[in-house]
Amino acid sequence: MTTAINTKIKPEDNIAKGAPVIVIEHLFKRFGKNVVLKDFNLTVHGEENVVVLGKSGAGKSVLIKCIIGLLKPDSGKILVFGENVPGMNPDELDKVRTKIGFLFQANALYDSMTVRENLEFPLRRHWIDLSQKQVDQMVSEALENVGLKNTGDMMPSELSGGMLKRIALARTLILKPEVILYDEPTTGLDPVTSREIDRLILTLQKKYHTSSIVISHDMNCVKNIADRVILLLDGVCYADGTYEELEQSGDEKIKQFFEQ
Amino acid sequence: MPLIQDTSDFFDETGNMAKFTGHFFSHGLRPRFEVKELFAQCYTIGYKSFPLIGLTGFIMGLVLTMQLRPSLVSYGVQSELPVMVGVAIVREIGPVITALIFAGKIGSSIGAELGSMKVTEQIDAMEVSGTNPYKYLVATRVLATTLMLPLLTILGDAISLFGAYIGVNISSVTTIHLFFAQVFQSLSFSDILPAITKTFFFGFAVGIIGCYKGFNSSKGTQGVGVSANSAVVLSSVLIFIIDLLAVQFTNLLGLN
Repeated sequence: MTTAINTKIKPEDNIAKGAPVIVIEHLFKRFGKNVVLKDFNLTVHGEENVVVLGKSGAGKSVLIKCIIGLLKPDSGKILVFGENVPGMNPDELDKVRTKIGFLFQANALYDSMTVRENLEFPLRRHWIDLSQKQVDQMVSEALENVGLKNTGDMMPSELSGGMLKRIALARTLILKPEVILYDEPTTGLDPVTSREIDRLILTLQKKYHTSSIVISHDMNCVKNIADRVILLLDGVCYADGTYEELEQSGDEKIKQFFEQ
Repeated sequence: MPLIQDTSDFFDETGNMAKFTGHFFSHGLRPRFEVKELFAQCYTIGYKSFPLIGLTGFIMGLVLTMQLRPSLVSYGVQSELPVMVGVAIVREIGPVITALIFAGKIGSSIGAELGSMKVTEQIDAMEVSGTNPYKYLVATRVLATTLMLPLLTILGDAISLFGAYIGVNISSVTTIHLFFAQVFQSLSFSDILPAITKTFFFGFAVGIIGCYKGFNSSKGTQGVGVSANSAVVLSSVLIFIIDLLAVQFTNLLGLN
């Protein structure tokens, strides 16, 4: 049985730019007999980028889906800005979701809508009092942020993989969330586009002062954007430290992730 | 034991479907209503299905008349052809055939659309955006199918009767006034009301089954195909079951 290894950096000393925004305590989640998360703990601070590493099927996506309330954990607490997500009713959940952005692995753009309609959709849901002029302004700003100003009238099917990822990022950011959850943001992209997406994530994080949890298998992406790396193994937080610390670790289970 | 497993799966599926329907009533019909999306769905589901329903209705009326004529001629009652065709179309064939075509076109389309949205995480994205997918996707589609199928049936019946009029005129000469006067003299309120009422239930079945199958689509393109296919098969079977129950119910009420 594996035990959690914490490297010399403790979470509370780590890039403490602000108060904890996400606190996960004793999280358990199982699907049938398969226990995915068992007693998982994590704290994410303000303006911190935490990357969660782990094998396929380790429960990384399950973790962030529990944070946003798409999945309900079996037990444990997920405090987002001090409020426990699993205990929320649908209205409270909608409210807290305005503070959390979620970038889906497959982008999840609505393929029956244009890019502009995709970006307008969350705005119209959450801020119903906005005038058309304000909506247009916010959509233009979001498209400008990701460098795709002239794509508003295009359909998602007309865009390349990198462009789709940028539009999905623009949609995620349009509500100005304080926390962003990225589910494998560079999976399926070529190395050049992947680096562009990494840079974009960092630029937008600095601009909007967001905190992030990033799920990734792409070690270049991890190296570029992580303030802290969490290794999720066998349902627990197996290791927690900076990229360099984990890279230099002598632990075989950690080393296998860093061997190219 | 495949038989035990299949039986268990059948009851599981029935239970899940009942739960989904319950969720539609408890969550989907609460304010705030997605009126704009409902109108968009009525347009897609109702207006865009009309050419297909109209064409099949016309052919159905025409063929039914041509097939019935020889039998009636052999009994010497060919003058009753408009009456027989009219009653058959309005009471039974019109609503059921329209509903089956509707299930083929709309049930598969809803199953495939929502299935595809499910596997590409668009439904999750909608939820994250603060939109209840039961209200935005399910309630609008189910209401649209429930409201549009009766309208399509009425229009389909009318076109079908016109097809029957053409059919009658292929072998003999009858004025349109005489044909429709004969048809309407033979129909009463108790023929039309149950026939139209049951189409609301047909429409509801097509909508809810399509949405259920789409929402529970398994991953991958094969899963989407299976959802679309099973939505059509199951809603077609349900249409016949509802029809059977409707006939029994109208008999009990003495509306026959």
